[in-house]
Amino acid sequence: MAHAYTPGLKVLAKTMFTKTRRLPLKGNVKVNKGDLVKADDIVAHTDLPGNVFPVNVANFLNVDPSELDDFMVRKEGDVIQKGDILAETKGIFGLFKSSVKSPVAGTLDSYSKVTGQAIIREDPIPVNINAYIHGIIDEVIPEEGVVIRTTAAFVQGIFGIGGERRGAIKILTEKAGDILTADLIDDSCKGKVLVGGAFMTLDAFKKAEKMGVEGIIVGGFNYKDIKDIVGYDIGVAITGEEPVQTTLIVTEGFGEIRMAEQTFNLLKDHEGEIASINGATQIRAGVIRPEVIICLDEKSDDKIKPADIKGMDIGTVVRVIRAPYFGLLGEVTELPHALQKLESGSMARVAKVKIYEQNKEVMLPRANLEIYETK
Amino acid sequence: MEEKTVKPENIQSILATDCGSTTTKAILIEKQGNEYRLVTRGEAPTTVEAPFEDVTKGVLNAVKEVEELRGRTLLDEDKIISPQKGDTGVDIYISTSSAGGGLQMLVAGVVKAMSAESAERAALGAGAIVMDVLASNDGRMPHEKISRIRHLRPDMILLSGGVDGGTISHVVEMAELLRAANPKPRLGMNYRLPVIYAGNKKAAPEIEKNLSEVTDLSVVPNLRPVLERENLGPARDKIHDLFMEHVMAQAPGYKKLMDMTNAPIMPTPGAVGSIIQVIARNENISVVGVDIGGATTDVFSVFKDPDSGEPVFNRTVSANLGMSYSISNVLAEAKLENILRWVPFDINETDLRNRIGNKMIRPTTIPQSLEELKIEQAIAREALRLSFVQHKSFAVGLKGVQKERTISDTFDQSATGETLVNMMDLDLLVGSGGVLSHAPRRHQSARMMIDAFLPEGITQLAVDSIFMMPQLGVLASVHEKAATEVFNKDCLLRLGTCIAPVGSVKPGKDFVTVKLELPEGKVFNQTIPFGDMILIEAPYTPVKAEIIPVRGVDVGDGPGNAIQTTVYGGLVGIIIDARGRNPFALPPNSAERVQKLQDWSQAVKEFES
Repeated sequence: MAHAYTPGLKVLAKTMFTKTRRLPLKGNVKVNKGDLVKADDIVAHTDLPGNVFPVNVANFLNVDPSELDDFMVRKEGDVIQKGDILAETKGIFGLFKSSVKSPVAGTLDSYSKVTGQAIIREDPIPVNINAYIHGIIDEVIPEEGVVIRTTAAFVQGIFGIGGERRGAIKILTEKAGDILTADLIDDSCKGKVLVGGAFMTLDAFKKAEKMGVEGIIVGGFNYKDIKDIVGYDIGVAITGEEPVQTTLIVTEGFGEIRMAEQTFNLLKDHEGEIASINGATQIRAGVIRPEVIICLDEKSDDKIKPADIKGMDIGTVVRVIRAPYFGLLGEVTELPHALQKLESGSMARVAKVKIYEQNKEVMLPRANLEIYETK
Repeated sequence: MEEKTVKPENIQSILATDCGSTTTKAILIEKQGNEYRLVTRGEAPTTVEAPFEDVTKGVLNAVKEVEELRGRTLLDEDKIISPQKGDTGVDIYISTSSAGGGLQMLVAGVVKAMSAESAERAALGAGAIVMDVLASNDGRMPHEKISRIRHLRPDMILLSGGVDGGTISHVVEMAELLRAANPKPRLGMNYRLPVIYAGNKKAAPEIEKNLSEVTDLSVVPNLRPVLERENLGPARDKIHDLFMEHVMAQAPGYKKLMDMTNAPIMPTPGAVGSIIQVIARNENISVVGVDIGGATTDVFSVFKDPDSGEPVFNRTVSANLGMSYSISNVLAEAKLENILRWVPFDINETDLRNRIGNKMIRPTTIPQSLEELKIEQAIAREALRLSFVQHKSFAVGLKGVQKERTISDTFDQSATGETLVNMMDLDLLVGSGGVLSHAPRRHQSARMMIDAFLPEGITQLAVDSIFMMPQLGVLASVHEKAATEVFNKDCLLRLGTCIAPVGSVKPGKDFVTVKLELPEGKVFNQTIPFGDMILIEAPYTPVKAEIIPVRGVDVGDGPGNAIQTTVYGGLVGIIIDARGRNPFALPPNSAERVQKLQDWSQAVKEFES
């Protein structure tokens, strides 16, 4: 029978980790297989085609598009500066000429004798991709990018905003269940990746951003505060491009939810070390989770295994991902075969779970459990 | 594709799958005596994404479940055995797909309200998600259009514009913008983006000159050859072909899946659209169908064009109105107060927002408590309502058409481009998708549909029992008899009828009198006050009805006029909704509103007592 459960977020102390760094369009790869790279090293480069500006030359000159050859001053492929004359009429005895100037610098891509339109292409926009993590080039994808291999501690969050950033880890709350408030943030937080507990206030985030904090990792955050930060409602969880100075990674969910002890302790163990973080999240097709990567000097041969290969079983440690019991950890003690009726009246496949914190057994829909992965 | 056909009359069994974004559903249909019936269904997680990256794995898992449940062999390792021999294998295997984000298209036309709108209709009708509609007069500067085209990375572009023989410069200008943008496809860097040109045929050579080198261009007949007529068929067919050849061929495992099926794989919404059209045609009725999913909500309708009398099919997709991935967008678009108005208890605003946010990031979770279920159903009402608003504004007559006006039209101010959706004319409302198909009680589905769509007069309600309309849609293209039989007997669950008089009087005053001759000689005869809802339990059999509205109130035959007709009950029964229409309003006071919501829930037995 099919398994209906959510693979859990990964919290791994030491793993062999690979990261693909890919260009948006084909370009040049700057490194070779086996090269050692640092996070800031450029590994691939491309030029995005420049912006394109159409100008309706025939309209401006008030001539028929089919006669455009007679009026064009510049040829296709010519390099032009802003304000250069593209086309002009001959006027009467050299007087009363009309002309069309280029609104931008670039190249005259083409002009059309059907529409009278000239296309000016600005200079290409260079795009450099850095390594983002320390490691060894494991694979070169010709013209597209590289795969970098490293040994790292690795934590996945559930939701984030903001893109790639790097900074030393600084633990701000004493315990995983504490709240990160603005008064805990001071000058020493500048350039750091802060770790909080169960919740972070909006004031604290705003202060961190002002102080130049690179990133924050916290258990819970209010959904409505996200709008205050980015200026709009995030209706679909596709993030990573928000105009924020500080990347935010939420590990558990919205509201006040204690950060999983395992996550908190792992980050604590690496306090002072540099973490590469990214808030980019995509819940739909092609799931992307926010990530924290702390590169280690030692080697590990343990590869990250796809969690959904193995199923839920008696003894599996799970985290409840919906109310009631949201955020609590427990252990599966029974997996009844038949569908059971929930309080809502729905029939669902359930699991009996011993909730550690409350030391009691409850029946929960399997869809509301996620396998808690620690290895 | 290899043809593996069995004569339609000899087909004994049909296996159909629908590969959704998260789940692949399989159904097995068998011929029992002289009719086709659904015998079992199975499902498995879709395997388009890593680590599997092969859609057929999920398909085979779902089929394996069907195999186990039915107790007969359908698979020979990773092959579906076909044709059926004895008790082994199936005669036809077909599939639909919306995995990997479905079919995402960009459409472009010359005039926004004319060729661009027709192009959008063609793309939507083919089952696409329309990412943007570009038009010469859409208010954007040319360079803004170019940067938009570059940014979007669609699966396909449909370009139209101009009537046949008309001026070509505008549509060629659009082609020049496309060429300048040099658009790239969403999947894969190694193939050229398919572009379909369906505009002024005189412009085709210029379009080819502009686009044939940078895109994979196909030219089909103009979708608006003259202003008064749309010809969407060729463009839709081309979209389906290219969906198979390009988009599907790029998606992981689809080449294998295409080899397994006996008919082309259809985009899921395209298939649902065809089954809705089959019902409307066979029963000669007007239909609205809705499929509310996790990410998107599709609305389909077939209404008669008031001028030509011809049935007109429309489909809209509200790409970001869904119950899981895009649930937070429902909150953003509907606004909190509109969701709160359907929640039958007090709830803290921050708490509600966090719950909605958590559903967005944990999309596969289900409501465990009754309170959570009520919140989800409140949100569903708003997602459905907003999708229907979008549908009504899109399902319109052709714009820009010259109409001959007679003396009698002088007083009729109707313009071209009016919505075709007339709720008083609607015969059947069909709901589908998780929140409607899997509601713990069918009464809840009926209530959600009534509150969201606000049907007027007499309207039958139904739900898709297990969400198999996509599979039946594609089946209709190869075996219409089997598709309609299974649809009527196993798929469509008749919930009953909603009687909703249009108009309003003072709260508590008499609104409508309803007399029903129920089965076993029972009679219902009651005057219902304004503001109430009443449920009369009755099975799906004809019930003679006399409905007498008070003065100024309309149940279908004009204000104040009584009607005698036949209505049908169903799994829920006959619901008299005397809450009024045009306007329909909930009490503004929170305590009063909560009380009313609870009263209505109780009256229609929405929740078990």
